[in-house]
Amino acid sequence: MSEQEASNRLVPIYVFSRKYYVPEGSTIITGLEHAGFKLKKGVGCREGFCGACASLYRLEGDFKLHGGLACQTVVQPEMQIVQIPFTPAPKAIYELDKINPEPNIFVQYYPELYRCVSCNTCTKICPQELQVMDYVQAAIRGDLELTANLSFDCIVCGLCSARCPADITQFNVALLARRLYGKYLTKKSKFLEERTEEILTGKFEDGYKEIISLPPDQLKKRYYERELNFKIT
Amino acid sequence: MLLSSIEEFSGQNLYACYQCGKCSAGCPMVEQMDLLPNQVLLLIVRNDESVLDSKTPWICAQCYQCGTICPREVDITKIMEALRSLKLRKNVDYVRMDMMSKDLPTIAMVCAARKYTG
Amino acid sequence: MEIAYYPGCTLKTNAKEFEETAIKAFAKLSITLKELKKWYCCGTVYSLTTDNLMYRLAAIRSLVKAREEGYNKLTTFCSVCHNTLKQANQMAVYDKEAMKKVNSFMDEEAEYDGSVEVIHPLEILKGMKKEIREKVASPLKRKYAAYYGCLLLRPKEVAINQYGNPRVMEELLETLGGEAVNFPFRNECCGSYNIAGDRRAVVERTYRIVGNARKNGASAIINSCPLCSFNLKETQETIRNMRPDFVSLPVYYFTEVMAEALQL
Repeated sequence: MSEQEASNRLVPIYVFSRKYYVPEGSTIITGLEHAGFKLKKGVGCREGFCGACASLYRLEGDFKLHGGLACQTVVQPEMQIVQIPFTPAPKAIYELDKINPEPNIFVQYYPELYRCVSCNTCTKICPQELQVMDYVQAAIRGDLELTANLSFDCIVCGLCSARCPADITQFNVALLARRLYGKYLTKKSKFLEERTEEILTGKFEDGYKEIISLPPDQLKKRYYERELNFKIT
Repeated sequence: MLLSSIEEFSGQNLYACYQCGKCSAGCPMVEQMDLLPNQVLLLIVRNDESVLDSKTPWICAQCYQCGTICPREVDITKIMEALRSLKLRKNVDYVRMDMMSKDLPTIAMVCAARKYTG
Repeated sequence: MEIAYYPGCTLKTNAKEFEETAIKAFAKLSITLKELKKWYCCGTVYSLTTDNLMYRLAAIRSLVKAREEGYNKLTTFCSVCHNTLKQANQMAVYDKEAMKKVNSFMDEEAEYDGSVEVIHPLEILKGMKKEIREKVASPLKRKYAAYYGCLLLRPKEVAINQYGNPRVMEELLETLGGEAVNFPFRNECCGSYNIAGDRRAVVERTYRIVGNARKNGASAIINSCPLCSFNLKETQETIRNMRPDFVSLPVYYFTEVMAEALQL
């Protein structure tokens, strides 16, 4: 079969249980658009990074409910699809400057966290393949560092919380852990602090004003003549 | 029916109870209870749904004392759990997780989550 | 000797001193407590309804992880964790019907067959009296009340010692050079999770238990449960305000007195 023929093949998918034929190899997003849907919600960066296009789907002959990002998931024949553009979530209000990175911080801000039964549903549905249950368990035992590290690639698509039988909002717990870890527990980069101090005390003000006032050709000249620690080959 | 639900959830034969009262005598939490454990059992056997409004299953600390000393081997601990389940499974929680005291240790939070919320 | 060690959540948060002294004391007795690489909150009090298998998943999952690491024995200090893990293990051994469902649901894990034995550290120490006596550097001087609470002794299937007259903690105290008092409230419930519900229930129990321990001559209480410790410690101030005749007693984990006697 030639490439042309392959791209002409259509596969049936079901959206809100209505059947549509979309090109083989489409993602759920491009498939939906081909089917005539104009997406306002449930679509974003189209690159698998923003978490806007969380979707649930079922495959033929498979009883399991799968989760994925619509922009990253390729359609399969007989796929049944629905989008979950938003999962309602409780958002704790806190001022990062005023709270401490204690192991039991979640008792105050996300007490439902302790309802976790280790069913692993969150991990199974995560489109980023994160170890969600593991980071929730780390949060329960106050290990902010592990929670932060395991949840690092979370794009807050919301599927974990939508499926959780204990009604936990995993991603908000992780966000609090990452914020506390980043602010209080992780290594400080000394040179960043020093440089920021230099900027704030105006060390670079004159140099900056000078560069800004240069005409384009002068700017180009300065750019190519700048001091480099390496050779351009 | 109340009795059959409790029998199913607890796996216990409530008809075996002959109201000797040992469970209530040994129960460490009786002072805060409105109904004694043996009274709770009797009400269930009579299918009296007012037992569902009792505070007793929520004061029960699951210490297993009653089940251990019952001469008829009726495990009242499991019956108390069954009574709690009847409410919790209908989405009627006994506490609100966000209204708990902030000084509670992790173990108390998880206990509350398991026993007092559904 | 090395043994798989399941900490339980609270030993990592509110009861860090329990874990720290436990690791040091056991190391002194040449036992390395190897924390499991992966473990999950056991869920505290065991779920008793016949059909609620979901609430037992966490305990089974932790046992699967222990099995995967090649262990056939697991120890945990927290009475509640011990009770729950042991009961879950018994379900795995005796209720094959329930385990079929559990294994089928947890299809991403290996099937669990009940082959990890759950034992409490006091059971290990029971057989090491000679080794302990040799290492005692500073014999305990006080009179202690060994408080078991409920879950170390009940239900009978998980009891670490005879239910009616447990002796493991008293014998440990004596081996460490201390004296254990006999007090009838030693296996009476502290009120458990009522601390999260109706606190008065716990206040009443603490008044009885601590009062009775003192009446029988104890100047300190030892126990093996973070919940009992919290309940018995944190309500003492409330009781002092209510009842002027009440005298406070310090509450320690048994590993803390071990660390004291072994001078760690």
